[in-house]
Amino acid sequence: MVSEASQQPLAARRGYRPSVTAVVGLSLVALLLVWLGINFYKTPSDFIQIFLIGFTLGALYALIALGYTLVYGILELINFAHGDVFMLGSMMAVTVVGTSLFDLHQGQAWYVLWPLLIVALLICMAFCGGLNVTVELIAYRRLRHAPRLAPLITAIAASFILQNVGLAWKGPNYVQTASVLPTGNVFATHGVTYTWEKLIVLIVTTPVLLLLVWLVQRTRQGKAMRATAQDRDAAAMMGINVNRTISFTFLIAGALAGVAGLLYALYAGSVRFDQGFQLGLIAFTAAVFGGIGNLPGAVLGAVLIGLIQAFNEGLSWHAPGSDWTQSIVFALLILILVFRPEGLLGERTPEGG
Amino acid sequence: MASVARSDIDTAGLQSRALRWSIGGVLLLIAVAAEHGFGSLDISTFYFLAVFAIIYVPPWESVPYVGRYARATIAIIIAFTYPFFWDKLFTVPIFGAFPSVSTGVVMLVFIMMAVGLKIVVGYAGLLDLGYVAFYAIGAYVAAWFASVQFPHANVHFGAVGVGQNVPGFHISIWLLLIAAGFLTAMVGVVIGLPTLRLRGDYLAIVTLGFGEILPQIARNSDNFFGTGFNLTNGPNGITPIDSPGFFGVNYLTGSGTFWTSERLFYWTGLLLLLFTIFCSVRLRDSRLGRAWIAIREDETAAAAMGVPLMRTKTWAYASGAFFGGIAGAYYASFKSATFPGDFFFNISVFILCMVILGGMGNIWGVIFGGAFLAYLDQEGLADSGAWLNTHLHVNIEVPKYEFGIFGVILLVVMLFRPEGLIPSTRRAAEFHEGVSEEYLYDIQHEGN
Repeated sequence: MVSEASQQPLAARRGYRPSVTAVVGLSLVALLLVWLGINFYKTPSDFIQIFLIGFTLGALYALIALGYTLVYGILELINFAHGDVFMLGSMMAVTVVGTSLFDLHQGQAWYVLWPLLIVALLICMAFCGGLNVTVELIAYRRLRHAPRLAPLITAIAASFILQNVGLAWKGPNYVQTASVLPTGNVFATHGVTYTWEKLIVLIVTTPVLLLLVWLVQRTRQGKAMRATAQDRDAAAMMGINVNRTISFTFLIAGALAGVAGLLYALYAGSVRFDQGFQLGLIAFTAAVFGGIGNLPGAVLGAVLIGLIQAFNEGLSWHAPGSDWTQSIVFALLILILVFRPEGLLGERTPEGG
Repeated sequence: MASVARSDIDTAGLQSRALRWSIGGVLLLIAVAAEHGFGSLDISTFYFLAVFAIIYVPPWESVPYVGRYARATIAIIIAFTYPFFWDKLFTVPIFGAFPSVSTGVVMLVFIMMAVGLKIVVGYAGLLDLGYVAFYAIGAYVAAWFASVQFPHANVHFGAVGVGQNVPGFHISIWLLLIAAGFLTAMVGVVIGLPTLRLRGDYLAIVTLGFGEILPQIARNSDNFFGTGFNLTNGPNGITPIDSPGFFGVNYLTGSGTFWTSERLFYWTGLLLLLFTIFCSVRLRDSRLGRAWIAIREDETAAAAMGVPLMRTKTWAYASGAFFGGIAGAYYASFKSATFPGDFFFNISVFILCMVILGGMGNIWGVIFGGAFLAYLDQEGLADSGAWLNTHLHVNIEVPKYEFGIFGVILLVVMLFRPEGLIPSTRRAAEFHEGVSEEYLYDIQHEGN
């Protein structure tokens, strides 16, 4: 099994000899920090610039990762289709932002741009939320009591189907988004520039995350969600409509994917039918990294993954480069699952994951 | 226990006698009706259905001693003689002609992979979403040691039809098939040891991760980690790869009008498939196979009965990987090329789809599922798409949506017939009555 020592609180570890895996893991982290330090020393302005990019990416990933974590928390199901719901959300965003009805273009006055963007955001959220609920209704609900692998297989199937819906909708090539966000600098000092695009991602993401925390922690519906996640049968006995609660969870997860879809479409500038699979897996890794089922963990994991990706692709001194991003993220996923399946903030369960 | 296993072997998924007779009769009626309706059918339709009826309808399993081999023997004879009559068969409505012999080779390879994956998914119940990694390793083993990829070496050993002064490694494909199998099995063990103690869905994700990492390594290793060493030739792939051969007959050229290249590849593929099926069935009925099924049905109970979980699971993983590696090496040699683009996640799901469509525990089911889906992939979708476009006056590129169609197949099968089209009786019972997926002691689920 995984090193026993690493799972105990720090105080209790005193007196134990550190296990081999802990030493290997910690030295890997130390090596990473040294690498980052040398890069920072060599090119400080680049480093901070890349840090800002990574943080923005991380905020985007957090929205998707939360969708995985919410669904996993309540159904213990890896919703493979989630990434593709996000992809369809970004396609919806491209369509909505590009309509002549909205007439959005670069350099528009803020009192025109913002209300329209909020309308677009609501459309995307409603679309993705509805889509996610439909996926649950068709692909997962019948299989509530089936062996665990059955809904996992239908999740993959749903993912492929949605991906092909995207393919049929927008074709096999990249679709360009109308560039509507202001592109000026928020600040530019010492060679570090922070553009409005990046800030807007954070401006949208932060309230959404706070709203989610409020929803789960403070509302009646959130309480029902937490109760269903803990014990479905007991929750049903307490008068909670379990199916409706699960549908609601999928709705929320889908709405978050819709927000991410719109932001991604505007920030990245182009969307394609297969982006959902790649980004979905990255976001899933983030969710596992933070501890799946744990909301703050998903955000933390997503920001870390965003930073790792940005550092890998942006830094100049001995960085593997974008060819290897996918491999690094997956290698990280495997290492986490093997050495610390409960993630950074998760709780350990006896079944070893 | 023994009696359950016995009936699982003998009547594997075959329905009651009355049902079989009626299915046979209905098929015959369909054939008669179809001949009038479509006009593309001829006397070969009746031969085809007659052979099907001979395999399917009589209660062969009740004939003592030889009865249980009858169906398999007839099927093998038909498979071996297929290259002689495939072009004389009728045209199937909507789908068009029967698959050609070279399509048959691809089908055989994919059936072989499906049978290999079935050991992991069907017997041991471990969902492997990265099976394509084993296919990739097998393919690259063949590519490295039977091509001009490493021009500084000049090693020849048993390769047929390769000049002595051609640079690179040129090892006999027969040896490479074995080497690929064992190397892939070893990789399977290496991947499996740290990951197999994870719970089912996490294991699926980890295998998916390996399935994504290996092709990326293949794609990026034309400059191996910056050393300038060209390991895989990057996205351009390695081509050409030597063909197998024996007694001076090279498979690429063939010999005369009888031993054509296609037929040689087809028959060899069939032999490899039969070997795979034989191993698979014998493994299932062995002590190890019974341990796999025990783990699939209830891991906790199996452990309590003294089944070593890790070792048994690792064996399942290694044996599944073994056949994936052989199939990959053979396919690379047949295509005479290997590209990183061949090893996407799609292919893992494609093979998984074969296993699930046909029926997870049943060998006939997997053969049927593999043959049908590989045929759809190679010819069927294009043909049926063309039929659809001409008859419904639409313009849909059906092959473009191949994986969407596979997704629909997976979804429909999983929702309405999770045990597959031709299930094993045992597996069907598990899906309908449920097996113990709940854990004996589980903090999160306490009280369930």
